[in-house]
Amino acid sequence: MPTIKFIEHSGTEHEIDIPNGLTIMEGATKNKIPGIDADCGGACACATCHVYIDNAWLEKIPQKEDGEEDMLDFAFEVKDNSRLSCQVTVNDDLDGLIVNIPEKQF
Amino acid sequence: MTDHIKTDCLVIGAGPVGLFAVFELGILGLKSEVVDNLDKIGGQCAELYPDKPIYDIPGLPVCTGQSLVDNLTKQIEPFKTPIHLNQRIETLKKVGDNWEAKTSLGQTFLTPNIFIAGGVGSFEPRKPPIENVLKFEDKGVAYSIPNKEVYKDKTVAIFGGGDSALDWTVELSKIAKHIYLVHRREDFRAVEHTVSLMHKLVKDNKVTLYTNNQLADVNGSDKIANVTIKNKNGEIEILDCDDILIFHGLKNELGPINDWDLGLSDKQILVNTENFQTNHDGIFAMGDIATYPGKLKLILSGFHEAALAAQQAFKRAKPDENLLFRYSTSDKNIHERLGLKK
Repeated sequence: MPTIKFIEHSGTEHEIDIPNGLTIMEGATKNKIPGIDADCGGACACATCHVYIDNAWLEKIPQKEDGEEDMLDFAFEVKDNSRLSCQVTVNDDLDGLIVNIPEKQF
Repeated sequence: MTDHIKTDCLVIGAGPVGLFAVFELGILGLKSEVVDNLDKIGGQCAELYPDKPIYDIPGLPVCTGQSLVDNLTKQIEPFKTPIHLNQRIETLKKVGDNWEAKTSLGQTFLTPNIFIAGGVGSFEPRKPPIENVLKFEDKGVAYSIPNKEVYKDKTVAIFGGGDSALDWTVELSKIAKHIYLVHRREDFRAVEHTVSLMHKLVKDNKVTLYTNNQLADVNGSDKIANVTIKNKNGEIEILDCDDILIFHGLKNELGPINDWDLGLSDKQILVNTENFQTNHDGIFAMGDIATYPGKLKLILSGFHEAALAAQQAFKRAKPDENLLFRYSTSDKNIHERLGLKK
């Protein structure tokens, strides 16, 4: 099972095993990782599961679709490595992935 | 002060589940009133995904969020249910066997039954988590425009890239001194026509456009002096302005529901699965806001929950009457309530 490392804005780290097929958001909320709200439950409709993907991993993650880019307009402090974690599905290639959690969700 | 409205059931939330609850109550002969914080009915279906197709409504191979709302509205038409928009329930108080509910506009209701069909809470403007933005609320920072005249001859910084941001950029450019439009990327989500109108205004120097920039801070003492924006490379720029409009859409807040002493789990209200009552007699929850073991956040689950809650609501509203289970195909009373010809 891939292990994903979440780093809170404060620097606190959490390593979580997330089964293939779940999204990063689902893995995070099931494990109560602070800072990922996911108000809409994963419908790409709220932008409160905003995360920054470690730059070294960006290429391994499928590109954003239009809906996600639109929703990112509603996130706070969006950067080039911003993603909505409900739109990234975990697979074996993402074992070791590092996800940075923003200071605040909108 | 307005008088109490007495009703058999107060439905909080005019989304699909709240609307269908009105139907289930209605065919049992119960009167209801609906309150919703949005300016229109339909909840998330109308606000978040009016044009998105839905494929899992029983008996409807496909419908859009808006068409589902339109059909539900038609389905409850016979009951002529008052719908109170633009307000949310702020307080709930037990009065004997009844509940007294008061809205943000001061309307009060007295009822034996409250159905909370509030989705994920009420829609509130999305506010940037920046201290000074909140400090200048009502002193120049706004999330909607009740009266555009206040922007006459002012320099206004508008943030956002959707229809609201673009529509108001075009509209206010007619009366404001100057407009800054700030958006985080090159693409806009607004209708093409408005985007091209905006670009024309940029050419005419009525509007200055900053793409790839985001709001970083608001500065001033008593009133806004200027706003700090930050681009992708972290470079900042300061724009002098009088007012700031932020159009970053809406988000859901549980809001006052937190204060009603209801059993909560993860921003959802705990209910039983027999009649979807909460830890308080007469307060029910259904749809996305309700949770219980095995809960699925599907519209169809909410419909089921509303139907069962309505049965219990009948017992509370009409304790001296027997509730007979009847089918809508053939029951005379139901047909009468639906306004069908005899």
